[in-house]
Amino acid sequence: MGRYFLSKLIQSLVLLFGVLFLVFMMVRVTGDPAALMLSREASPEQLEALREEMGFNDPALVQFKRFMSGAILGDFGNSLHFKTPALPLVLERLPATVQLASVGLLMAIIIGIPIGLVGGFTPGSVVDSVGRFVALIGQSVPNFWLGLMMIIFFGVRLGWFPTFGRDSWNSVVMPAFVLGLPVMGQLVRLTRSAVLEIRGEDFIRTAHSKGLEPRTIYLKHVLRNVSIPLVSVIGVQFGYMLGGSIYIEAIFSWPGMGGLLEQSIGWRDFPLIQAIAVFTSLIVLLLNLLTDLAYSIIDPRIRYGR
Amino acid sequence: MADKETKSHQTIDSLLDTEKTFKDRVAYFGRFLWRDRGGVIGLTVFLIVVFAAVFAPLITNQSPFDQDLRSGKLPPAWKEEGTWEHPFGTDSLGKDIFSRVIYGTRVSLMVGLFGVLIASILGLLIGAIAGYAGGRLDAAIMGGVNLILSLPYLLFVVFIATVLGRSLLNVILIFGITDAPIFARVTRGEVMRIRESGYVESAISAGARWPTIIFGHIIPNLLGPLITLATFEMSAMIFYEAGLGFLGLSVPPNEYPTWGNMLAAGRKYMTSYPWMASFPGLAIMFTSLGMNLLGDWLRDVLDPRMRRSRK
Amino acid sequence: MAIILQVKDLVTKFYTLDGVVNAVNGVSFELNEGETLAIVGESGSGKSVTMMSLLGLIPMPPGKIESGSASFNSEVGLCDLLQLSPEEMREIRGGQIGFVFQDPISTLNPILTIGEQISETLIRHKGLSKEQAREQTIKLLSQVGIPDPELRYKAYPFQFSGGMRQRVVIAIAIACTPKIIIADEPTTALDVTVQAQIIELFKELRDALGVAVIWITHDLGVVAGIAERVLVMYGGRPVEIAQVADLYKSPKHPYTLGLLGALPSLEAKESKRLVSIKGTPPDLLIPLKHCPFAWRCDYAFDRCWEEIPPLISVGDKHQAACFFDIEEGGPHHD
Repeated sequence: MGRYFLSKLIQSLVLLFGVLFLVFMMVRVTGDPAALMLSREASPEQLEALREEMGFNDPALVQFKRFMSGAILGDFGNSLHFKTPALPLVLERLPATVQLASVGLLMAIIIGIPIGLVGGFTPGSVVDSVGRFVALIGQSVPNFWLGLMMIIFFGVRLGWFPTFGRDSWNSVVMPAFVLGLPVMGQLVRLTRSAVLEIRGEDFIRTAHSKGLEPRTIYLKHVLRNVSIPLVSVIGVQFGYMLGGSIYIEAIFSWPGMGGLLEQSIGWRDFPLIQAIAVFTSLIVLLLNLLTDLAYSIIDPRIRYGR
Repeated sequence: MADKETKSHQTIDSLLDTEKTFKDRVAYFGRFLWRDRGGVIGLTVFLIVVFAAVFAPLITNQSPFDQDLRSGKLPPAWKEEGTWEHPFGTDSLGKDIFSRVIYGTRVSLMVGLFGVLIASILGLLIGAIAGYAGGRLDAAIMGGVNLILSLPYLLFVVFIATVLGRSLLNVILIFGITDAPIFARVTRGEVMRIRESGYVESAISAGARWPTIIFGHIIPNLLGPLITLATFEMSAMIFYEAGLGFLGLSVPPNEYPTWGNMLAAGRKYMTSYPWMASFPGLAIMFTSLGMNLLGDWLRDVLDPRMRRSRK
Repeated sequence: MAIILQVKDLVTKFYTLDGVVNAVNGVSFELNEGETLAIVGESGSGKSVTMMSLLGLIPMPPGKIESGSASFNSEVGLCDLLQLSPEEMREIRGGQIGFVFQDPISTLNPILTIGEQISETLIRHKGLSKEQAREQTIKLLSQVGIPDPELRYKAYPFQFSGGMRQRVVIAIAIACTPKIIIADEPTTALDVTVQAQIIELFKELRDALGVAVIWITHDLGVVAGIAERVLVMYGGRPVEIAQVADLYKSPKHPYTLGLLGALPSLEAKESKRLVSIKGTPPDLLIPLKHCPFAWRCDYAFDRCWEEIPPLISVGDKHQAACFFDIEEGGPHHD
């Protein structure tokens, strides 16, 4: 178990290094990062000044070392727009994004999994068909569009929820719902198919042949096996929700990291974009690690390294 | 069943095909359609989109580019100030929304098709090499693949798009490259499975040569999962293009209408003129839904294990 | 000997999208206490479905038990298995009738320890506490020949070899000292050497516990080593019932004859071709009004195509469902 964890940890660190490398490279891929960061009308002097300031004229290896040593300490330079250190700006926005993703995930789990379970245990029933239909729609609807529609309908016309910002307690409901909807759809389908598949397995027949109570069979044998793929998906999806909430936050003016990203794109504030990219990746990697851990606890086959 | 025929007797009561009437055949066909209704719907949707893209000029006589400031911000035809000349209304500059939605199918299809083409070819090559070679090469390649896959996809697509600038080609390239890992992973899995199953070995020991093995054994088994994956990824790419357009990172709206940049343009007017963003959104949803249904159906049909139990 | 299970005219059908599958078409047999009965047939002969039907283990949407009775001499008296309520059935399954299935890797839950999987039967049927069940399980494990039982209690199925896993499955079956054990192709998925070991184990346990065994298989070679009586099935029907020796010495049904002819024999004086029965098994979708084996039979004549042959007595405790007398070379005289 320790060995498994250690190897996963090392993998994550390697990945993190890869992320940093990618982030470093991307800004320089066009050859002139300064031109990327300033608007088109910038004069040659302004460009040169920026290059000096950011150290773009130094040899590549030097730049890389500087970047990496800075990144490890959390120093991504100053935001071009705010003129203050980049990472703290990102961290400031972290709680809002975490709240959004958490509530969204919770909604997805609380609504999605039970529907999937019902669908798996009673395939073909009304609940099952309706559930799968809604799941399909949930996964096909572009979330940004849905967000806009919901703002018009529930926010403006009906006035049930605030349409932007994070001021009152129910501000999070609409954005979280929109963010969580695709995951909800996925959970419905995944749970359903996992239940159906497990139920058809031979060892469930064995459980029946032992004369066990249905409740025991469902809880101990079926559900425990079903939870394996579920845990994996939930963990990964949570990571994506944390990193991919850019559209939702933009539409609902939610003060999270995604919103900051959208703004930074407009400002061409690359130090800030880099900081966001690296930090978000870090969170995602962490979550993947935690998911792997949880996974190995539930499934002994992984633990003993078959 | 030759024995059956030679020893057949008048007393055998089997259902002979010739006794089925026309009505029976229609009913049988109808049962098929119902059983596979997901696939039927999906395929229909896909064909409609393709039709719209190819025959756009025939469907609408409005140009998607014509600005007519006098007719700006008109609502859809069934509302009071609307006209049937502009069935879905017009945007802030007077461009006809209906035609922009129809012409938008072209971009979506191109992004989807070419993006998937690039991703699948790249992914196939990488995955096949990794899967077939095994060992260290496989570990190295898959390390890289997993790196890309474990990153927040959206983030990096957005990052790259910001750096490279806005054009259709860039969008296609970005999706093609960032989606290749998914194809690579699936291909590698299948190639490994095939390699380890007995029949490639037996084919080799029976004297089959490389081309036969690759084209006769490996590729047919790859086709199923890959086609299914391609369908889902196409749907996803149409989505992502819309997303990029929404952020202003896709094709600029004056150059060509895409559903994404229509959403971005319409966002400002959400409260007062909601239709500007609604129709492209509906178009995306419609297409995406159809392709997801199609993908689901393909997966059921092409999975050899499922094929047996479908009977 | 006392009869412990008596099955009469069991009919089971499956209602599928492609039609009605007549899986079991009127099966009757008896099982005596402590006796080992082998049920032999090819895939699709209905041998597994018969036993599954008796214990409510077939999925009841497509499947339906149309008719029949199965009186079982349970601990609480005689009862008809087919008429029991789900709760009563659950009492019997695992408790008084144990199962051994074919493929041990898929038969065991991969994420539970084997000890737990054995203990749960004990807790369910014997009302033992967890500790007591654990002790009992360890005893069972050594009884079925698994070394280091205390250690192995906490092991998972994937940590065992195929033969060991099957021993675990057998342990589960005998845990609650059942009256009958139904073994559905228990050695088919195992290596030949392991097969022999498992058969030996079975015989030991059977003799020690006095349990009746129904051994389902398609392999006539295995039957000789373990069974006392044999029931041959074809097309969802019983076609021959006999004591083992009689079956091998003088088979009365052409199908049995064919099966025996297909067995490689060490005693063949000259090299003989293995005779395989020509043709394919019947399509169970088609309800037959004649002998199901007629198409493949070398001896079929008119009557075989007009009626379904019932089981008729052809010897001491020997019945066959055939109108033709192989030894005489002509139709039976009724």
